[in-house]
Amino acid sequence: MLIDTSATGLIQVEEGVKILPPNVIVTTFDKIINWGRLSSLWPTTFGLACCAIEMMAAGASHYDFDRFGIIFRGSPRQADCVIVAGTVTKKMAPVVRRVYDQIPEPRWVVAMGSCACTGGVFRTYSTVQGCDSFLPVDVFVPGCPPRPETLLEGMILLQEKIRKERARWSPWR
Amino acid sequence: MSGKDKMEQLEKIFESRELNVNMGPQHPATHGVLRLVLDMDGETIVKVTPYVGYLHRGIEKLGESLSYYQALPLTDRMDYVSAMSNNIGYCVAVEKLFDIEAPERAKFIRTIVGEMSRIANHLLWLATHALDIGAMTVFLYCFREREWILDLYEMICGARLTVTYPRVGGVRNDVPQEFLDSLWKFTDEFPSRILEYETLIDQNRIWLQRTIGIGVISAEEAVSCGMTGPTLRGSGVTYDIRKHMPYDAYDKVEFDVPIGTAGDTYDRYRCRMLEMRQSNNIIRQCIEKLPVGPVMADAPKFTLQPKDKMMPITHPTEALAYIIDEKVCKGCGMCLRACPAKAIFGEKKKPHTIKQEFCLGCGNCFVTCKFKALKLIPGGKAMSEEQLKELAAGPMPEEITKAAEYMVRHFEFVKKGPKVPEGEIYVATEVPKGELGFYFVSDGSGKPFRMRVRAPSFIHAGCLPRLCVGHLVADVIANIGTIDIVLGECDR
Amino acid sequence: MAVTEVRLSIHTPGLNPKDISEKIKEKFPDQVIDVAEFRDQVSVIVKKDQIVPICKYLHDDPLMSLDHLQDLTAVDYLKKKDVRFEVVYNLYSIRYRHKIRIRAQVPENDPKISSVVPIWAGANWHERECYDMFGIVFSGHPDLRRILMPEDWEGFPLRKDYPLIGPEFEKDWPGFVEVVNKAKELKEFEWEG
Repeated sequence: MLIDTSATGLIQVEEGVKILPPNVIVTTFDKIINWGRLSSLWPTTFGLACCAIEMMAAGASHYDFDRFGIIFRGSPRQADCVIVAGTVTKKMAPVVRRVYDQIPEPRWVVAMGSCACTGGVFRTYSTVQGCDSFLPVDVFVPGCPPRPETLLEGMILLQEKIRKERARWSPWR
Repeated sequence: MSGKDKMEQLEKIFESRELNVNMGPQHPATHGVLRLVLDMDGETIVKVTPYVGYLHRGIEKLGESLSYYQALPLTDRMDYVSAMSNNIGYCVAVEKLFDIEAPERAKFIRTIVGEMSRIANHLLWLATHALDIGAMTVFLYCFREREWILDLYEMICGARLTVTYPRVGGVRNDVPQEFLDSLWKFTDEFPSRILEYETLIDQNRIWLQRTIGIGVISAEEAVSCGMTGPTLRGSGVTYDIRKHMPYDAYDKVEFDVPIGTAGDTYDRYRCRMLEMRQSNNIIRQCIEKLPVGPVMADAPKFTLQPKDKMMPITHPTEALAYIIDEKVCKGCGMCLRACPAKAIFGEKKKPHTIKQEFCLGCGNCFVTCKFKALKLIPGGKAMSEEQLKELAAGPMPEEITKAAEYMVRHFEFVKKGPKVPEGEIYVATEVPKGELGFYFVSDGSGKPFRMRVRAPSFIHAGCLPRLCVGHLVADVIANIGTIDIVLGECDR
Repeated sequence: MAVTEVRLSIHTPGLNPKDISEKIKEKFPDQVIDVAEFRDQVSVIVKKDQIVPICKYLHDDPLMSLDHLQDLTAVDYLKKKDVRFEVVYNLYSIRYRHKIRIRAQVPENDPKISSVVPIWAGANWHERECYDMFGIVFSGHPDLRRILMPEDWEGFPLRKDYPLIGPEFEKDWPGFVEVVNKAKELKEFEWEG
């Protein structure tokens, strides 16, 4: 829907985004910063159990993750989000929290697999019944293990969530 | 300060101490959550202390509270890279305990999927091992083949990773013909793919420098440490359970077992590459020799029979209605408590009634009633309440009675498990990583009294210190790759 | 460096398991309590006092040569038998292809048994796991501490009187309780979209 909104020649292409042809784009801070963040989400490698294999398969060439801008980084300091893939045990919980704390803001958490969401099949003495008891989870991806396409859907949902964020970049949040 | 004190001070500053480095649970190269504390003198390793247990989920204790069937999916999640082999190991052990035998076709199918999982495991091992050492192309190539195998798995059972396809007494369902055709095409092309990987790394100078002479272990020491599988065979010991204690169809196919000589990383790598070729060969032989027949053992006391054998009724089961015969019902309330949909109403000592709109048709009430007051009416869902009450008073047709008996037996079987004689058994199978052993102690009930899993990764992780001493830090990574551990199996 | 492909033959195993148990009975007559057989597998139930000489005999004797310790584990027979624990050794000979199982009875009031690490180095981690899960102390073990559970965990999980679900949250492992409480404190700084 192209509406010529003003006499200066600005054309509105999308809500909040206007173009002054041929090469000037006028938009809001929210849109552009969120677009930058969601297009290059870099997770830190945190494969714990079986879901890690499906995460690796999602990153390999058949179900490529790189086309979404998702590159796995080894160090949490260089990453944007953490994909908790696999069962979290009580012995491992402090380590997960520490890795999460080391990721600089803005950061997101994806709980992949039934074990990370709710403890899964393992209702035992050593399994944490869901990593959301000590982590603020943004997207839950269920499955045992979830197919790579399901994980991709989860990442796209996370991207949609980031797109809708308001003023996360500002110092007055 | 005097000259002597100054010298002492300088010496203290430049004193070389051992460096303690923690390769934490979260590390791109530790194949899961393995923690290593390295004591180093410069770059040379003096001592390695592995810490495991970060993925201990309590599978052995969980197995004690589930019946033999319910514990089968837990075994998938142990060595998650080659899930079929774990299932086969469990099924072979439980079949020995129950003293039943799978039919010939099922044995051949299990051999086929077991060897496919061996190839899948070795592909992932090569991918991660090469990635850690630095060869990144191999990772993508191996995943390409692995996706092919996972697609084949999906063709037979619907799942890619945690399959639960081999069952106690055989396999879950028969394989479709297109699976066998696809698999034949795979075995035609696979040797050329292995040649691709070998061309990339086999004679590569960097690969040879990083694997020859690294992680050497002698044959006696390896046996004493409890190593098994290709890790042991690289040191020259001829121990392969498929040949020593054959199970399934391994005594009907011909294959070689690669044995190394030097006991270093390069020999173990060559053993696994040759094993992939041998597995290809075994799959081809099995497809050629596949007999026709059933895929589940005919032992109704110990195995779950296919459903059509169990409920031989011609009426669609959705149209069956459950009704309580008011003359026989004593009003004990057992069915009321057993109903999951709370569809039964009635007071104590008065005959109960079932409200048809809530009834799910699960049959729990039928199984629980000791007085046989429950009746099954075919086509009853379409009838009105009065018609049902009339029919309830009369006898049930014969096929319904037979089907009802099967149903009661099926319920008891699934809820309580089969009746197993008391005793204990230890059965080992050759999974791609080594020797997977199951030790069951049975106390006569349908649940194992003690389920013990002897995991090869646990033992191999314990041998890691021996392999690493005297080498450099980078060789630790090569050694972790060569012993091929998976922490799900190590910690259970 | 060469790797050769060997066509291993399938041949019948060496000694009959029953014969092995007879030999053990001959050599250590006062230690053997019973011999049980189930589905062609023979277990020899012994007392725990002389377990190291028995294992050494089975390992060193040239006719036995049971050099591969397949498995070392324990079973808890709470109230089902008089002696509560049994440490089970599954042994196999790679050369002769025969095997045997030894079960050593360990009472509850004195859960100690000698370690077989000098004979099979691989028993090290097996025994640590038994200690971790059952509380059986192996005397002579070089480094007996918990392996699968955190080092300061209380209780022995695989005992029959330990609940499957584990302790309640308040009495749980302090490391985990700390993480959850700290996460609750830090929740106010989290982003609320």
